[in-house]
Amino acid sequence: MKKIKKIKIKVNGKVNIINKGIKLSNLIKRLKIPIKKVAIELNQEIIEKKNIDRVVLKKNDQIEIVHFIGGG
Amino acid sequence: MIAKKNFNSRLIVGTGKYKSMTECAKAIKLSAAEIVTVAVRRVNITDKKKPLLMDYIDPRKITYLPNTAGCFNSKEALRTLRLAREIGGWKLVKLEVLGDKKNLFPEMIETLKSTEILSKEGFKVMVYCNDDPLMAKRLENVGACAIMPLAAPIGSGLGILNKVNLKIIRKQTKLPLIVDAGLGQASDASIAMELGCDGVLVNTAIAKAKNPFGMALAFKNAVIAGRQSYLSGRIEKLLMGKPSSPTEGII
Repeated sequence: MKKIKKIKIKVNGKVNIINKGIKLSNLIKRLKIPIKKVAIELNQEIIEKKNIDRVVLKKNDQIEIVHFIGGG
Repeated sequence: MIAKKNFNSRLIVGTGKYKSMTECAKAIKLSAAEIVTVAVRRVNITDKKKPLLMDYIDPRKITYLPNTAGCFNSKEALRTLRLAREIGGWKLVKLEVLGDKKNLFPEMIETLKSTEILSKEGFKVMVYCNDDPLMAKRLENVGACAIMPLAAPIGSGLGILNKVNLKIIRKQTKLPLIVDAGLGQASDASIAMELGCDGVLVNTAIAKAKNPFGMALAFKNAVIAGRQSYLSGRIEKLLMGKPSSPTEGII
């Protein structure tokens, strides 16, 4: 059996080990993120939600997923 | 009217510092505010059970006003508001670039820079600023859609410290003028409205009151009363007394 290569990425500051070749959309799905209520940044660049299916994650990628919370 | 949209309520409330989302939602309802400020923060990816603001306050019914609280320079503020826009198309935003962590005064040079960039990008920027008439004018010149001077430091509850400056800013601008930050009790809101402000923005004074629901209602009424008082035209101030009953026909 072929061994799947793992890569290290950071999501909201926390290290995540994922399979190589995984798309951003797969990650969002796996984390059960309500896509309509968030915005996503990859290495400090906003990724439009309609494009998350096109982004393949790479080693050391930094992902930020934000939403609205209470504030003044 | 803000950015060509009409609102019935002149009270904007913050959604921070409440004990729970339920308490926050109820206080907002009682305040009758139609705009609420919200912050942009990381999603908790480990604890999915954490309640979401959008599940308690419906953004289709209440206008969300994303803020940049916690940003200390233009770069951070721009990043935050671009993310806010990406969440769901929010263009009406509250810009707040702070200068130092202790008194939370606005960093006006960075604020001015950010206002200009955001306005050019198509944002409608409501700007938290100092109660400085010159700076207010400059913000207006670079495209701010509302001027929001502080009454006192954020969360201090000190009330309006410089009525004269607010009056001067009122005289010089036709933009919506909204007092933001530092109010402590409902009467502070009345004073702001009597000075001719178009609205007030309150968070801590309601959220941290002993009874947030009672205070939400009090602020709602204070804003209405203050506005009515302003429109009705106050009497002149006199040094001496003037009897209210006729002096003629005294027995």
